[in-house]
Amino acid sequence: MISPEMRLQIAEIVTQYHFEQTELLAVLSAVQKKWRFISADMIAVIAEEMDLPVVHVEGTASFYHFFSTQHAGKYTVYINQSATAEMAGLKEIIYAFESELGITIGDNSSDNQIGLRTTSCIGMADQEPAILINGTVFTSITPSRVSELVAGMKSNSLVRDLVRIPLEAQKCYPTLHTEVRNNIRLKGPVFFCDYIPGIALKKAMELGSLDVIEWIKKSGLRGRGGAGFPTGQKWASCLASESDQRFVICNGDEGEPGTFKDRVLLTELPEMIFEGMTLAGYSVEAKEGILYLRAEYSYLREHLEVLLESMRSRHLLGRRILGTRFSFDIRIKEGAGAYICGEESALIESAEGKRGQPRNRPPFPVTSGYLRRPTVVNNPETLGCALRIILNGPEWFRSLGTPASAGVKLLSIAGDCRMPGIYEIEWGKTIREILDLCGADRTLAVQIGGPSGTCISEKEFDRRICYSDLSTGGAFTVFSRDRDLLSIVHNYMKFFRDESCGFCVPCRAGNVLLVKALEKIMSGNGTLTDLDKIQELGIMVKKTSRCGLGQTSPHPLLSTLNSFSEIYRDIVRKDVDYLSQFNLESAVEDS
Amino acid sequence: MSTEMGRKWIVATTSLAGCFGCHMSLLDIDEKIFELVKIVEFNKSPFDDTKEFSMECDIGLVEGGCCNSDNVRVLRLFRKHCKILISVGQCAITGGLPAMRNGIPVKELFQESYCNNLTLANSLIPNDEELPLLLDRIYPCHEVVQVDGFLPGCPPRADLLWEALNLLIAGKSLGKISMKNVKYD
Repeated sequence: MISPEMRLQIAEIVTQYHFEQTELLAVLSAVQKKWRFISADMIAVIAEEMDLPVVHVEGTASFYHFFSTQHAGKYTVYINQSATAEMAGLKEIIYAFESELGITIGDNSSDNQIGLRTTSCIGMADQEPAILINGTVFTSITPSRVSELVAGMKSNSLVRDLVRIPLEAQKCYPTLHTEVRNNIRLKGPVFFCDYIPGIALKKAMELGSLDVIEWIKKSGLRGRGGAGFPTGQKWASCLASESDQRFVICNGDEGEPGTFKDRVLLTELPEMIFEGMTLAGYSVEAKEGILYLRAEYSYLREHLEVLLESMRSRHLLGRRILGTRFSFDIRIKEGAGAYICGEESALIESAEGKRGQPRNRPPFPVTSGYLRRPTVVNNPETLGCALRIILNGPEWFRSLGTPASAGVKLLSIAGDCRMPGIYEIEWGKTIREILDLCGADRTLAVQIGGPSGTCISEKEFDRRICYSDLSTGGAFTVFSRDRDLLSIVHNYMKFFRDESCGFCVPCRAGNVLLVKALEKIMSGNGTLTDLDKIQELGIMVKKTSRCGLGQTSPHPLLSTLNSFSEIYRDIVRKDVDYLSQFNLESAVEDS
Repeated sequence: MSTEMGRKWIVATTSLAGCFGCHMSLLDIDEKIFELVKIVEFNKSPFDDTKEFSMECDIGLVEGGCCNSDNVRVLRLFRKHCKILISVGQCAITGGLPAMRNGIPVKELFQESYCNNLTLANSLIPNDEELPLLLDRIYPCHEVVQVDGFLPGCPPRADLLWEALNLLIAGKSLGKISMKNVKYD
């Protein structure tokens, strides 16, 4: 049973969020943070206080990775298990934590002081292995660093005191207290060059909203999150939808393993992104903007809130922006650990305080989005590009890149190369050129666009990064010839299996079966028939899944079966066409 | 697949961890059963109560998945003696209802059924060596032996079973089945 005191404290939290049902995630996060778990009793109290059905609260609480019904430890250590972390020594780090604490992943130390968990990619692919402790990111972890962190946690240190900030970063970002490095390797004309706040917005207001949209259309700007939808068309459709209210959402939930460019944008150029949102708001006649920030980036929250406040005081946000009749404000909503929330309709559901399950489309968010109002959902990079287009004109933007893919692309390069980090490149560069830029040699394969993208071999290194050839949301992960490609594919497939929202069967069950099928191949018990079966099942999952997750999740398998078929053919048995993994002795062991 | 003219097709059927519902469904072909017996002869099947294989069979129809060591033995026998082996129904294909126990340790299952059960006079876990051993989970048939075809449904419609048998006897592939007969409920 729940104590009257706890009931009161929960009520206080709910009051802080004005009983808003859309703030359920924030309420749950606050409860999880304070008590380190969310029990069934607590859920009942939250439901009562917020006037929501218990199942609604339960549904939301059980959906997200960072909420737990069991105590998560006073310090919760989330070890990121992405493929790049595995390549950078994840096993040693897990071993170090487990042996320092005498527990295994998933358990807490006996006094509940420290809880050990794993999590999907946290957007630090250029500085792995990385971990989260109570929301704070620690990067480039070594086993000796693990000992220090464990000692610190055992002696009740504040998490922020455990952070070792690189010297050069201390001065630049007084509001940021982090180990994360930005690693900007190649600057370009759109993002990493001069930016003076307010100019673009002023120019947009002189142009008028219709002309702004016209410019964006003319520039050929397409969504930078990966799907590549024409931005001007999106804004125009939103403006054309009748409504009393419209919204602009910036999708800061980059969960695709290997991407981290939005993290760098939100660290280095948040004002440019916020101004881009305001500009979008002006064009589609919205008054409210939401930055949906993935929970893994919550360490940026204070940094961003301080900036928003400063922008308000400079009349770049809030009422009567730059002395005009236009008002627009931005608030931040945090996720709670779910890859699927990067999908725009799932993101909207999540921002409304629900389970992050994709909606049926149509209706698309531009006609029925946040609170069923017309909503523009854009990637931070898209908003930044839009701002630069207003500053420099659509023709200038068109002059960059290729005719069909205008402008620049931020690549998050990681893996086996000497200079991992952010590269601002013009569209149309070949893979070979980019590999030279980042100092990669002896390359076996490159994963373009993360696990949901394409894995290509050396034969295809003359292909180009552009919408018509190799389209990408930004991830560019390099694997050298020393890597075991199948274990990387295995890592990616497990990722999709774990991140499936579970709504539709092909994705929920299909990904489990694909992982099992791959494991059979990897154990040496696979046959050529099994390879055909994988192909068949993969295509079925792609064709019949409800949203982008399932429609792309078989890609790691299908794309390597295509580009690296010899790796599979080498390890399968060719003498038989069926091999059972069933073992009667071990199956009846417990009887 | 072809047999010499005049000879009937030999069909074996069995229910492993199933409920015999699929067998019932085959009987549901109604008067077509007279046509059926003209073209097939059952061997090792509850239909004519033959307990063991006395000859090699053309088609084996398996209902139910494997829940114990005897199911595995029978299924392996079917694979050995049948040219074409078909998983019939949800349980054979996915484990079905019995698979609800998957994920629960065998020890707990025994405890719940034979010790904690309120209607029991004496709690005693059966332990006769005549009894088959329970597997750690339900296995669908194709995880234990190679299966050549699948007829979904719970149970598969009589029309589906009838159509499938006719296709096989005509030497055609099950891929030709008309979708109107394929129902998953």
